[in-house]
Amino acid sequence: MTWFSIIVSGIVTYFSRMAMIALIDRDMLSSKVKEVLNYVPAAVFPAIIFPGVFFNDFGLFVDITDPKIYGAIVALIVGFYSKNVIATILSGLLSYWFIIFLI
Amino acid sequence: MLSKSKIFLRGTTDVLPHMLSVIPFGIITGAIGVEFGFDPLLVYATSLIIFGGASQIIFMQLLSGGASSLVAITSVGVINSRHLLYGAVLSEYLEKLSFFKKLFISYFIVDQGFAESNKYLKKNNSQKNLHFHVLGGGITLWFFWQISTISGIILGSFIPEELGLKFAIPLTFLAIIVNDLRKLDHVFVMLVSGFASLILFDAPFKSYIILSPIVALIAAFIMLRFKK
Repeated sequence: MTWFSIIVSGIVTYFSRMAMIALIDRDMLSSKVKEVLNYVPAAVFPAIIFPGVFFNDFGLFVDITDPKIYGAIVALIVGFYSKNVIATILSGLLSYWFIIFLI
Repeated sequence: MLSKSKIFLRGTTDVLPHMLSVIPFGIITGAIGVEFGFDPLLVYATSLIIFGGASQIIFMQLLSGGASSLVAITSVGVINSRHLLYGAVLSEYLEKLSFFKKLFISYFIVDQGFAESNKYLKKNNSQKNLHFHVLGGGITLWFFWQISTISGIILGSFIPEELGLKFAIPLTFLAIIVNDLRKLDHVFVMLVSGFASLILFDAPFKSYIILSPIVALIAAFIMLRFKK
C-alpha cells in the first residue's frame, strides 16, 4: 500500500511539473496572464519563507525575540546589498548560531 | 552565442550555492524516513519517484501517523501543485522543444532550479538552447538530492539537531527573492503572499503553500489594473 501511495504521489507530482510545459499551448494564455506570471517567484517563495521564520516546529508563532527573526533580518540586509546567495544564507545562519550559542 | 555545455554548466553553477540548504535538508529527509520506521528502500523511493523535499517528509509523517493513503497523496499533490506555476513561467522558453524533451525536462523542475533558471532566461532570452540551463540546474539539484537523502538513510541524522539547519530552508528562498526587493510592485506581492501564508497556515493538507501564491497573484492582477 505504501508503494502504491508513493507511485501515485509521484505521478501527481510529475503531472504538476509537466502539465504546463508539455500539455498547454502558450497561445492559450492571455497577455494579462503572462504579465501576472512575472510575479510567480514573488508570490510563491514568501509562502515558504514566512512560516519558516515566524512559526516553530509545532506551528505556533515564535516570540518576537526568536533568533530566527534576527537571522532573517541579517540575511535580508546582507542579501540586498551583496546580491550573493552564499553570503545571504551564511550570514543568516551565522547570526542565528551566534545568538543561540553565544548569547 | 554560448555553447550548449556552457549553458548547462552555468545552470549547474547557478544552483550550487543552494546546496547549503539542499544537502542538510536531504540528509534530514532520509534520516527522518528511517526514524519513522520505513524500509530504507521505500524512503529512497520517495526521493526518486516523488522528488520534492518538504512533500516527502510530510508524506512519510502522515503515513507513519496512521493517515490514509488518500490523505497522504492529496497532501503531496497540494504541496507540489506550485510546480504548475513554475511550468507556466518556464513554458515560454521551452515551447519549441519536442514533446519528449518536454516530458524529460519536466521531471527536473524544482524550486531553486526554477528560480535560478527564471532569472537567467529572462536576462538572456535572445540566446538559443536556453533549456540547457534548466537541465543543468535541475540535474545538479536532482543529483545532490539523491546523494544527500541516501547519506541520511545510511548514516542517520549525523548533523546535530541543535544547529537548527532547518532554518537554512527559508534562508535559501530569501536569497532567491531578495534582489526583487528593489521593485516595489514585487515587494507588495511578496508581502501579500507572506501574510496570507501566516493566516492560512492551518488550512487542511498544507494548502497554504498554494493558496497564498494564488491570493498573491490575484493581488498582482488587481495591482496591474490600477497601474494602467
